Amino acid sequence: MVIMEMSEILTWLVPAPPLISFFVIILFTSRHRSISHMVALFAMGLSLLFSWIIVFNALSTKHFGEHPIAADVGWLPTGDTVLRMGVAVDPLTVVMLTFVPLACFLIILYSVGYSSFGKIRDQRDISGSPPHHGVEPMYSRFFAFLSLFAGAMLVLTVADNLLLLFFGWEIMGLCSFLLIGFWYGRTYDDKSQITPSGAAVKAFITTRLADVIMLIGIAYLYYEAGTLNFREIFFDEQIMTDLLHTPSVIGGMAAAHLIGLLIFAGTVGKSAQFPLHVWLPDAMEGPTPVSAMIHAAAMVSAGVYMVIRMFPLLNVGGHGSPALTVMAFVGAFTALFAATIAVAQNDVKRVLAYSTISQLGYMIAALGIGAYVAAAFHLMTHAFFKALLFMGSGSIIHGVEHGIHHTNEKLDPQDMFNMGGLAKRMPTTYWTFVIGGLSLAGFPFVTAGFWSKDEILADAFAHGHWWVFVVLLVSAFLTAFYTMRQISLTFLGDARTESAAKAHESAWTMTLPLVVLSFFAVFAGYVGVHMDFPVLGAMLGSNPFEHFVIGSLPHHGSGFEFEWTPVILSVVAGISGLSLGWLVYGRRPLVVGQQDPLVKVLGPLYGVLANKYYFDELYDVALVRPAKWISEVVAFKWIDRVLIDGALHSVANLTMKIGSIAVWFEKWGIDYAPDKFGDGVRFSGHSFRVIQSGRVQDYLNVALSVVVVIGAVLFVILR
Amino acid sequence: MNLLNENLLTLILFSPVLGMLAVMLVPSEQKQLVRRVALVSSLITFALSIILWFSYDSSVSGFQFEEQAQWYTAISSSYHVGVDGISVPMILLTTLLMPIGVLASFGIEERVKSYMLLFLMLETGMLGVFMALDLIVFFLFWEIGLVPMYLLINIWGSPKGEREFLSGKKVPARQYASYKFFVYTLVGSLGLLLAIQILGVVAGSFDLITLMQVWPGFDKEIFANFSTSSVRTVAFWAFVIAFAIKVPLWPFHTWLPDAHTEAPTAGSMILAGVLLKLGAYGFLRLVLPLFPAEAQAAAPILAFLAMLAIVLGALSAYGQTDFKRLVAYSSVNHMGFVVLGIAAAAMVTGSNDPAMRLSGTIATTGVVLQMFNHGISAAAMFFLVGVVYDRAHTRNLDELGGGIWQLAPVYGGILIFSSMASLGLPGLSGFVSEFAIVRGSWPVFSTMTALSMIGLFFTGAYILKAIRQVLHGPVNTEWSDHNMEISTREKIVVAPLIILMLIIGIWPWWITFMINETVTTLIG
Repeated sequence: MVIMEMSEILTWLVPAPPLISFFVIILFTSRHRSISHMVALFAMGLSLLFSWIIVFNALSTKHFGEHPIAADVGWLPTGDTVLRMGVAVDPLTVVMLTFVPLACFLIILYSVGYSSFGKIRDQRDISGSPPHHGVEPMYSRFFAFLSLFAGAMLVLTVADNLLLLFFGWEIMGLCSFLLIGFWYGRTYDDKSQITPSGAAVKAFITTRLADVIMLIGIAYLYYEAGTLNFREIFFDEQIMTDLLHTPSVIGGMAAAHLIGLLIFAGTVGKSAQFPLHVWLPDAMEGPTPVSAMIHAAAMVSAGVYMVIRMFPLLNVGGHGSPALTVMAFVGAFTALFAATIAVAQNDVKRVLAYSTISQLGYMIAALGIGAYVAAAFHLMTHAFFKALLFMGSGSIIHGVEHGIHHTNEKLDPQDMFNMGGLAKRMPTTYWTFVIGGLSLAGFPFVTAGFWSKDEILADAFAHGHWWVFVVLLVSAFLTAFYTMRQISLTFLGDARTESAAKAHESAWTMTLPLVVLSFFAVFAGYVGVHMDFPVLGAMLGSNPFEHFVIGSLPHHGSGFEFEWTPVILSVVAGISGLSLGWLVYGRRPLVVGQQDPLVKVLGPLYGVLANKYYFDELYDVALVRPAKWISEVVAFKWIDRVLIDGALHSVANLTMKIGSIAVWFEKWGIDYAPDKFGDGVRFSGHSFRVIQSGRVQDYLNVALSVVVVIGAVLFVILR
Repeated sequence: MNLLNENLLTLILFSPVLGMLAVMLVPSEQKQLVRRVALVSSLITFALSIILWFSYDSSVSGFQFEEQAQWYTAISSSYHVGVDGISVPMILLTTLLMPIGVLASFGIEERVKSYMLLFLMLETGMLGVFMALDLIVFFLFWEIGLVPMYLLINIWGSPKGEREFLSGKKVPARQYASYKFFVYTLVGSLGLLLAIQILGVVAGSFDLITLMQVWPGFDKEIFANFSTSSVRTVAFWAFVIAFAIKVPLWPFHTWLPDAHTEAPTAGSMILAGVLLKLGAYGFLRLVLPLFPAEAQAAAPILAFLAMLAIVLGALSAYGQTDFKRLVAYSSVNHMGFVVLGIAAAAMVTGSNDPAMRLSGTIATTGVVLQMFNHGISAAAMFFLVGVVYDRAHTRNLDELGGGIWQLAPVYGGILIFSSMASLGLPGLSGFVSEFAIVRGSWPVFSTMTALSMIGLFFTGAYILKAIRQVLHGPVNTEWSDHNMEISTREKIVVAPLIILMLIIGIWPWWITFMINETVTTLIG
């Protein structure tokens, strides 16, 4: 009991340190770089410590799923009832608490090196642009924003209700805006290239579109269920049955299903699923630790976490529920769609960005077919290897930029065609990147990514979701292919530019997180090996992950039988993709000026892929410009200025004309009483000169006319 | 202490008048002294309202701190004031924004004394409306607030700018704006006066508490051949139009962007912060209790207009190039939510379905909180526009040209913070009330609430547009030798506002508790 109480307090305390750290840095330490990062690191370390104590306690508690940690307080009085806010830890939260704080901590540590701590502040570097000579000018601010981001993610993780989850959700949206647009002053010579500022706005607006739909879903759920607490809803048979049997505002659909769809819309935005995927690749304009933060530890994971959390609601009424069907479709489509784009990208971070979209599609599709555990499993492994890959790419870019600083070449440090041969120059980055890449590609048996991806495929196979299985299998092949392409272009062969030849390994603060994460990118997978997998299954404790996580659900579904077919197919897809990548790019690495072999093979299709199927252009023409036009021209000019004000002015002119007759009359009749008022205040006389003759009498005339009009109307109505 | 408690409302109400007397005694050449006296006066009023806040007992329903005195016995109107859980937050808002507004006006150099006198007069006018329990007294204070605001815009409004008519004729913008504000509100007032007279004559009393009991079920033969229902309908619509103009509700809103844009900074702060709330307060205090049946019948219309205000207000804000006008249109957008919540409440008041009544209660709590929240966030936004205007002498987003964050990091941070509160970011004040309103009106007016989300989406769009065009981008060389950073005085002005935004956003219990108790009785 004492332990539980301590756990409750600790749960409250998990998100607190980074949030406090944000305010401390902003208000007090912003002038002291080393104090700022120490505060951020210390706070994050504290969160990490609290989280892992909770994780440890939870893992050592038998049947933890039946006795989760929960504590709440009254937040908003609503009539005779109260909307409560609180924290809760159930097995799913425990999973999140294992990797979120760790990844956040490593990202903050990595940022110390990334922001060139140790170099002096060079006056040529200006705030709002990436530094080229010395330490980041807005160093402290960066750590403050990262802290807030981490704090918001942790709020979301420990939230016991959908509204508090939404708090973390939206604050992360703000943080992504602030961090993607961290170099808010940056511009490019190429005007068509999106600036960090533009990318920040794009990210916020795209996700906000999804969030306002989700907000309706939250309000709707709150109305129907009378509460937003996850456990109170999901574990209450009565509420769940009512939700399923209440017809929704849209005919023919149950309330539960409409709510599910509305809430899923939030995930489409946050986790960058088709058709709202457009913001995520552009989010690469932010500093690289931010990309790691957004694409691995937080933000996009939050979207998937939310639907995993809401699974009992989405699933109510069986697997055929509309929300799940939509999710399976959107997820699988996105997985394939984004993988095809990733194949034709040359920017080292953009490849990873599309790969993230694709992998998130996997998780959404997994959940759509009811593979609850597999989705959670892949969420965890993906967080490890994708954080590793992003930070690895940041290290690469840092290395190349270092080279550029020496050679003064004018080139894009993120373009993989400007790299090559970095394996020799940056060994730690190379080896860790290879581990992360293989994990992403699902290299059989030794990487975490293989086990989680295999789990999804096996589940789809076992439950007969053929088209999901096939689509995801093709995506797995593509994933392996583009990963090998990326590794080959970046690290293998000889340097294709002077700068790449001068690149050097990054500081320990950057490489240490890579090493730590590569450990997890390999070994995190062994907790979730299918219990019937030959040899390994039994050796690794019969899938402890599944047994633990399933405790978050009110009803444990039955697992599925182990089968060889999906395993073999998944191994084949991974290996063949890697091999093809090796054959095209790795065996004979590209030399300077050589064209991407894909251009010839794919022909015009390559252009379509490289331009991301022209979605940005389409949205610009179909949505962005019309919205501007409607705002500026229709809403403001036509409706307000022409229609409403026009009508007002006509009425005013009319009354003026009627009044002007009376004015002439009253000039001699009334002894300028208003002018006396005017004299009294002295200045008002001329200041009334507005629309026409501009005398106070006119205003009185207007008033008089209005009285007459109202009187007439009254007379007509009352008669 | 007893003496204080028994006359607390009167003290709060007339302390600005005492302040006016004190200001009058100061020679007008001593500008700094004038300013300080006005500031101290408004701080005293604020301190008194803090006492009111803490002495108010949330557990007791009905009006508290009631005072009644003979005043105009001939027409059986009396000086009757009192407060409940709806008016106390409004009084706190008013008295809080006043010293902030006075402090924000320290930069005013011309006619400082007249300015401060009018400012304090405005305060009494607004406070009177929030306290009045007699319709004549209500109307009196309603009108008292009008004159100083007119003069503030007309004399101290922005000197530049012209308003062009469709015919091509041009007039000075501040005169156009002040005139439009005055006439428009006056048109509403006339109907209001008429309706008040109808009520008073027919029911034989102007006392609100009496009327609340008598009027809703009033069914006597009124005048020879007028039916009760038609009289009632006329009075109802007169009230509604008067308050709708003040809120302002679409399509009565076009005075607002003009008045807000042209008013001096502190004028805009008070205009958006408090004056708009008078309209919404009128709905809650008079329309809902006195005309429950009519309000219910008209609720769908109100909800529809509110939706239009939310959506078109946001779109128009997004379509602006003038920073201040953008913020002004955001008020149309935010006050639209207030009316949406009021419409939902009107629809379900006295309903048999407890779930619907609960929705109405949540919506109304949201409405009152939204009034408070919009008061602080709009005041902060207008102030921050003023800060940049004082330095750059332009409000045009294109002319500002961006990059100001680099020159003014603290200002940039504060601007983003306040913008986020205005945008409705969870964790800051605006979200709590918007969520409550959305939650409350969703089951009542599902379609209108869903359509309002378009407005909520564009709220994000216009806020980010402003941030991007002011703060982002490379620095505009025009301003590189200006000191764009916010000064200490200005920080003090904005600090209480942003602290409140954060506190309410994280922990709204302390204020919503008071509102909820009153609102629960109101909805029944």
